[in-house]
Amino acid sequence: MVSPRARQNYDGVVLAVPVTVPYQRYSIETAHWWMGRALRALADGAGISHRDFDGFSTASFTMGPDTAIALTQHFGISPRWIDHIALGGAAGIVAIRRAARAVQAGDAEIVACVAADTNQVDTFRKTVANFSRFAQDASYPYGAGGPNASFALIARHYMDRYGATREDFGKLCVAQRENALKSSHALMKKPLTLEQYMSARAIAEPFHLFDCVMPCAGAEGFLVMREDSARGLGLPFVRLLSAIERHNAFPDDPVQERGGWLMDRDELYGMAGARPEQMDFVQTYDDYAIISMMQFEGLGFCGIGDGPQFVRQHTFTTDGSFPHNTSGGQLSAGQAGAAGGHLGITEAMRQLMGIAGGTQVKDAKLGLVSGFGMINYDRGLASAAAILARA
Amino acid sequence: MSGYILGALAAALAHGSVRVVDLTLTLSPDFPTIVMPPELGQSAPFRMERISHYDVKGPAWYWNNISFGEHTGTHFDAPIHWFTGRDLPLNSVDTLPPADMIGPACVIDCSKQADEDADFLLGIDHILAWEQVHGRIPQRSWVLLRTDWSKKSGAAYANLQSDGAHTPGPEVEGIRFLVEERGILGFGTETIGTDAGQAGHFSPPYPAHHYLHGNGRYGLQCLANLDLLPPTGALIFAAPLKIQNGSGSPLRVLALVQERSTG
Amino acid sequence: MTEHGPKRHAKNPLQRTRLPLLPPSARSRRAHGLTLAAASGRFMLQCCAECGRYAYPARDACPHCLSEDLPFRDAPPRGELLSETTIQVTSDPYFRDHMPFRSGLVKLDCGPVAVVGLHRACGGPGSQLELSLQIDRAGQAVLFAKPLLETPDMENDPQWRELTAHPKDRRVLISDGRSPVALPLAKALARAGASKIFVGVFDRWKPFETEVAFDAIDGVECVDLDLTSERSVQDLARDIGAKVEILVNTADHVRPSHLFDAGLTNSAREAMDVTVMGLMRLAQAFGPIMRVRGADGFAGAVAWVNVLSVHGLSSQPKFGVQSAAHAACLSLSHWLRGELRQGGIRVINSFCGPLDTEWYQTVPPPKVDPRSLADAIVDGLIRGLEDIYVGDVAKDIEARLFDNPKAVEREAGR
Repeated sequence: MVSPRARQNYDGVVLAVPVTVPYQRYSIETAHWWMGRALRALADGAGISHRDFDGFSTASFTMGPDTAIALTQHFGISPRWIDHIALGGAAGIVAIRRAARAVQAGDAEIVACVAADTNQVDTFRKTVANFSRFAQDASYPYGAGGPNASFALIARHYMDRYGATREDFGKLCVAQRENALKSSHALMKKPLTLEQYMSARAIAEPFHLFDCVMPCAGAEGFLVMREDSARGLGLPFVRLLSAIERHNAFPDDPVQERGGWLMDRDELYGMAGARPEQMDFVQTYDDYAIISMMQFEGLGFCGIGDGPQFVRQHTFTTDGSFPHNTSGGQLSAGQAGAAGGHLGITEAMRQLMGIAGGTQVKDAKLGLVSGFGMINYDRGLASAAAILARA
Repeated sequence: MSGYILGALAAALAHGSVRVVDLTLTLSPDFPTIVMPPELGQSAPFRMERISHYDVKGPAWYWNNISFGEHTGTHFDAPIHWFTGRDLPLNSVDTLPPADMIGPACVIDCSKQADEDADFLLGIDHILAWEQVHGRIPQRSWVLLRTDWSKKSGAAYANLQSDGAHTPGPEVEGIRFLVEERGILGFGTETIGTDAGQAGHFSPPYPAHHYLHGNGRYGLQCLANLDLLPPTGALIFAAPLKIQNGSGSPLRVLALVQERSTG
Repeated sequence: MTEHGPKRHAKNPLQRTRLPLLPPSARSRRAHGLTLAAASGRFMLQCCAECGRYAYPARDACPHCLSEDLPFRDAPPRGELLSETTIQVTSDPYFRDHMPFRSGLVKLDCGPVAVVGLHRACGGPGSQLELSLQIDRAGQAVLFAKPLLETPDMENDPQWRELTAHPKDRRVLISDGRSPVALPLAKALARAGASKIFVGVFDRWKPFETEVAFDAIDGVECVDLDLTSERSVQDLARDIGAKVEILVNTADHVRPSHLFDAGLTNSAREAMDVTVMGLMRLAQAFGPIMRVRGADGFAGAVAWVNVLSVHGLSSQPKFGVQSAAHAACLSLSHWLRGELRQGGIRVINSFCGPLDTEWYQTVPPPKVDPRSLADAIVDGLIRGLEDIYVGDVAKDIEARLFDNPKAVEREAGR
């Protein structure tokens, strides 16, 4: 074991220019097109040329065969630091962590972090069918239910073990829809009632239609730099207080019932000098409501197994007792591939900059964003989280 | 002079006063062949595999590959077919004198006897009785045993029982008489062999083969339409394929028959 | 309880025949260790040769000790159900035709956790399950779980039926009724619920004493079929090709011989014509129609069985021609398997030692009773196997080939 050593803090690292390229259910464009839109918006937002980005971090499921290096030529940039993060829903937080260290060390001044995915008519099926070797060998051939089926197994076990009900999941979904109706970015524009949630058609028991995210095309992006750089460019920013990641945590749990956050949360809060109850909002990675509940537990908002109780005790709208996924989350905004892991980050940045518009949580100073991803076989392997603060 | 005879024949054929009778059965995959004990070599049945049928393997034409044993369907036995004829000159189908391919035929009608007894055997007495009516069998003529067996098909034609085939044929002395006393050109039957189905138990076994081929004479089997021939007067055309060192071959056997009304 | 499957009924001629689709077939090379096990009905998983722990899914290093020595070994086929789901919606075209799909997460007794297909008769989480590796329609291995105890009509579970080739309500063609295995096979198929059994007979002009016994079996019909005749095979396919869901090729041509025998090529050609070319003619005539009928309802076309001699795997000098012919048939069967797989049709090879029949009179025991061969074939259909080894000699050769093929070659015929 590596001896536990205090990690270097993120002092002076900031995030600026939250960018969301409006999502589309289906797109005839490629992922490159979507990333190009995000890069343009980042450059416009920063008031500099995209050629001035000397750091470039990308995430995508549908960019194949290209990765970051090919994209430098595609977009005409000459960065001195690049990264391609194939971590799905954890990619956004991990991008922050790596970019933060790069700008701290001086390996780069301004890192453009972009995630983009297209959704052509057959994109989702192809992505699921070729997701990983273990999935290809050992889960996809069993009904090809994709993530719905895999998380259904996790959800059913969680319900059996901790007494969660469909109503609990529904409460989170309904609250997020309510948030989404106040957001300009969300694809879902119709209200959702608990009755509608409960009576929707089954997809993979216990999941029904509104438990499942809607795959779509979209892109998200932000810039990571030192505070000095942001001030020099005259850009508003938020501070990075702490960030964690963990992969393949608790491999001996027969069924996934907790994520890696549990292993690192003390460090998360310790670095930030904050406690869970101080968070003004939380953006979880909500591919399914059950996973949001695991994040509540893993990130210390309630005890392990207390997720259902926690949900019953709180309200989750932007004006609720626990503002959560304030832009509607992926469940209501849409799931734009790898961009889904960045959605919570850009929304958190807007909240902390006070530019969240209709979804603005009053007086938001401190927010937590978490990521989760890569259901390689029977469980999500990557978990990550960051605490951001108003400047 | 020959020009005159052939011209007259051509005219008779055109006029219909000389008919052509086809004595051949159709070669088809399911036609029975001679059956030997399974540990012995077997005669291959007739088989046909398509080469093309106006398709990608030949866009404008239709043709097949065929295969069969030398003794398949209506076929000719040359002297070299039997051990008794192995040392004779001109004993294979390729060396067969062409003159022997055309000859007169005597048709002995035993269809009634064969109908009553599948194991009917043609004996000297039957031959002599026939000669009483139709005259002495000329030298170098075919003797055809009419049994109407060719009207049967499938299992009835092969008539295999647990003790072997039961089909009519010549007696030992009967065939010896035809070969040695009458000097016939060959002997023809409607059954699968020139010999009777049970002839393996005769002494010598398979006497028709033994004596015909041992004396340089020929066999024809699986003939058809013998009922359309007169007892005498038909002319047989039996020309086997010219197979190098061949022991026999399937062939088309034709008979010329002069109509009585015009005769 | 499993509900009764729909009984065969006359097809609505106005309805289109559904075309076969295949389940996802991409697998890593290592995962084919499971295919090897599934083909012969074994339950094998990777087991670390260094630390002794089982691993799943298939991988290239032991997750416990990173050993690369991870052979597939027999594993206890038991486990406990941890969680389950019933998938109603999928983007995969094959599974769309087979919704809903019940799957579960199983903690195997030997350690790993596996996603499996679940028989409907299985209880919920906490249930103890019996596992098997099955070849699916794409020819790939999948895990399937059934309850420990059989329940009535288990064979009708739609997911299980897709993984097997149960003769129930299916129509079968036995290519050579004169084969000694044909009669017991027809009886065994009838017992297993086959709705119709066509029995091919060549040379109908020869006596066929067993016809009476065939006629006594419910649903049996003798038909003309001569595998050495292209026309005969094609004609039968024109008649009944669209009615054959399982084809069992029982044709053989056994003639003991010596390689230096005069005229050997003739009898070898006959043997090849009956076996190798016969199989090819059958494949040409029946393969295309069976392949498009792989999804033709509850009892669509499902399997092709080749009854082969185990000496096709290793020559037996006394039966050298037959050995060579069956080796060629084996090769041809792999070709056929590739073609029929596109229709989800399973090609099963049964490898049998010498039968206790006339042509093997001089061969010392152990020999295989044709009834045992027939039962093994039907068992293979019911279990959805791909390779069946029948009798002590065949199993011995299988094991020895696995161990040392050269030793098998040197000891052949001793």
